[in-house]
Amino acid sequence: MPDVVSFPGARAPDRCRTVDSHGIRIAVHEWGDADAPPLVLAHGGFDFARTFDVFAPLLAEGGWRVVAWDQRGHGDSGYAAMYAWEADVRDALTVVNSVTSGPLPIVGHSKGGAVSLQFAASLPHRVSALVNLDGLPGRRTMPDVPDHERTKLLASELAAWLDFRRRTVTNQRRADTIEGLAERRGAMNPRLSTEWLRYLVTVGARHDPDGWRWKIDPSLRMGGFGPWRPEWAMSRLPGLGAPVLAVLGLQPERMGWGNAAEEVAGMLPAGSHTVSYDDVGHFVHIEQPHRVAALALDFLADHVAEARP
Amino acid sequence: MSDRRHATVMLRHDKVELALHALRPDGEGRPLLHLHGLGEQSPTAVPRHLAPWPGAVWALDFTGHGASSVPAGGGYYCELLMADVDTALAHLGPVTLYGRGLGAYVALLAAGARPELVRGAVLDDGPGLTGGGPEPTTPFVLGAPLPVAGAPDPYALFELSHDVRPPDYAVTYARQAATLSSLDTALAVAAVVRPPWLAAVAAEPGVLTVPLATCTDMFAKVT
Repeated sequence: MPDVVSFPGARAPDRCRTVDSHGIRIAVHEWGDADAPPLVLAHGGFDFARTFDVFAPLLAEGGWRVVAWDQRGHGDSGYAAMYAWEADVRDALTVVNSVTSGPLPIVGHSKGGAVSLQFAASLPHRVSALVNLDGLPGRRTMPDVPDHERTKLLASELAAWLDFRRRTVTNQRRADTIEGLAERRGAMNPRLSTEWLRYLVTVGARHDPDGWRWKIDPSLRMGGFGPWRPEWAMSRLPGLGAPVLAVLGLQPERMGWGNAAEEVAGMLPAGSHTVSYDDVGHFVHIEQPHRVAALALDFLADHVAEARP
Repeated sequence: MSDRRHATVMLRHDKVELALHALRPDGEGRPLLHLHGLGEQSPTAVPRHLAPWPGAVWALDFTGHGASSVPAGGGYYCELLMADVDTALAHLGPVTLYGRGLGAYVALLAAGARPELVRGAVLDDGPGLTGGGPEPTTPFVLGAPLPVAGAPDPYALFELSHDVRPPDYAVTYARQAATLSSLDTALAVAAVVRPPWLAAVAAEPGVLTVPLATCTDMFAKVT
């Protein structure tokens, strides 16, 4: 089985480099003319920059220097002892600082979209526009259960998380074949072709002697709890100084946040647009890279002075 | 002499080495585990106010504090420190927790998450008791790296001085401790200062609000 798999339209980054962010090595991937106006891409939780291998070249062809980075613990970036959103926003600033000292557009998917919102709310002078790909924190859904049951539910979630933390000392990700990992990824991305999934495995996983395993730090775990409320993030939206293009994938999926278009539209700042796709899921740019790239390029051409015609 | 720090056990939590100090290695009954406040470290001897505790007394240095390792890159949050405590619980078995400031909040989280291993938690005044208050303030992003020169990690001081502690979130843990612990009273508030999260916890039915000496005396008697 070859380690390199090709997929129509997928292109490895033109340039790769690393930056040191507060002691963590962050891998940065770039596509397009190094002198073109810069644009940053932020991937979602448990994803990696190379999921942009089809999407990013399309934006680069549209006249942008496209810069993506692997979040700490993800893709080719270094592992950290601790993972928190605040640290991710710091890493985002390190990457942006390595590109420009001026404002630029940020395109963020899922958690990357939410991190970009926090970035824009903290540093309004560094953001010219936001493209948010199914990354507006939705309402938390708590099953409708009596209070006592809810207590037990949360308690079992907490105990499971603590049990997981006890195992982090020895944990590693399961080794598998390319097909096996493609199948597992396919469970989250039900509409992707097998070829595309196989390609994603070869750029998001590494080939160890015993098989392929995802590069992501095994200490990262899906699901979470904590004091944070989605409405706090949403409450920062109306005051943003940059226009937002919100793209929603309405097909319900495990990783999605289940936002409704009408719920989002009323919260966006002036000059913003909401576009929803009924037939696409949470990973809009992976599922429909051409459609989403065209939409993003149009929006940026209308809203960002640096956009090249 | 017998109440000076005797030995330190290093425990591993993911990529971090945690220092667990035996302040008094032996005693009658269940050990007491001391959790320090933000920026502090474990005391070198059993503090005078805890001296009446009949059992062994241990003290844990949180990640980035005392003799525990200082990891690169920050990313601190209280639930992670709760997992630090759980690492100590895996080593010690059932304990009573005594927490100061930040350690009081973490003790509450641990009491709610491990109701069978935490046999009572005493929440006392100390640095980092308030955290960042009940809701987020204006966000701020650190541009340049903080100068790290050993413990305490400046990233811990920075991040854990504004972590959000909503009262209803704290109450969830208090209710879990009350519901799932087999003790009649699982939490005791000795702290005089009551930030919103602690005021809400103190107002919960079954949470005792009494002076420290009474709290430790009560928990020492339960088995």
